[in-house]
Amino acid sequence: MILFFFMVSTTMREQDMLVKFTLPAATEVQKLEKKSLASYIYIGQPIPSLQAKHGTAPRIQLNDSYKTTQDILEFVASERDKLSENERLQMTVSIKADFMTRMGIITDVKQELRKANALKVQYAAQKTLGYEPM
Amino acid sequence: MARKIQEINAGSMADIAFLLLIFFLVATTMNVDSGIQRVLPPMPDPNQKQEAMDVKKRNIMLVFVSKFDNIMVGGERMDITQLKDKIKEFVLNPNNDPDLPESEMTKIDLIGNYPVSKGVVSLQNDRGTSYNLYIMVQNELTRAFNEIRDEVSSQRFNGMKFMDLSEEQRSAVQKAVPLKISEAEPRNIEGGK
Repeated sequence: MILFFFMVSTTMREQDMLVKFTLPAATEVQKLEKKSLASYIYIGQPIPSLQAKHGTAPRIQLNDSYKTTQDILEFVASERDKLSENERLQMTVSIKADFMTRMGIITDVKQELRKANALKVQYAAQKTLGYEPM
Repeated sequence: MARKIQEINAGSMADIAFLLLIFFLVATTMNVDSGIQRVLPPMPDPNQKQEAMDVKKRNIMLVFVSKFDNIMVGGERMDITQLKDKIKEFVLNPNNDPDLPESEMTKIDLIGNYPVSKGVVSLQNDRGTSYNLYIMVQNELTRAFNEIRDEVSSQRFNGMKFMDLSEEQRSAVQKAVPLKISEAEPRNIEGGK
């Protein structure tokens, strides 16, 4: 029984995480509709084992390696090629960034996405029922 | 003598199921992809001369988040807890205040005539603003619009919440209450009071 549960409710873990991040919390979140049409951009500090080499400044990870904002255009183009014509319009880029990131890097990523014409974005967040009083 | 029908040895089935279970446990994640959806504005065409968008001042609500994580809405400093109500008041403009947006009576299928607000929330942030606060602000803006949509949907569709409506009913309410959140072109804004 549990087997069937796992078979239907999980997805194959696609990529090794090279950055660690804690998603911010939000109440008004929606589920990403079609996972097959989603591309992911991870932003966070490098994982502890890689911190010695790369330091602790926030990095961008696309698929499975560290990248910079200049690589985003190429990344979007290659993700687009994997989809068929009519699916391209529905492609959503999910930005999974650590909650402590500063907006500078996020704004750069968004500008690159606009240049690449990947306009549907989703700011990944964990669903909470309410905020704790600050 | 009738031969007993060869039965499949059920013991090994359990083993296979167990192995598959272990496999799924280690190789997958219950990746729930939830988040706040947004549509980014397309890049302005550098060749095309930018015609200044003629939006009346009353139709814009500027929400600015500084790098010290302070929020300023329409010129006044505000706490995040007050943001949602301020936005709702802006979009609904219940008393037809001339400083708040105009609305346009539009005929929408399934709803009939509805005063669609012309108001736009313009969101600006500094490069030093924390992502966490940015998301919280986006969340509160979304919450304001979602609450208005719930109110419209219970008024026009018998007390049902927006999420419980059918596909067509939902798009009708979306036309009545469009998610007009625009993000300004990024530029470096110094300081924060």
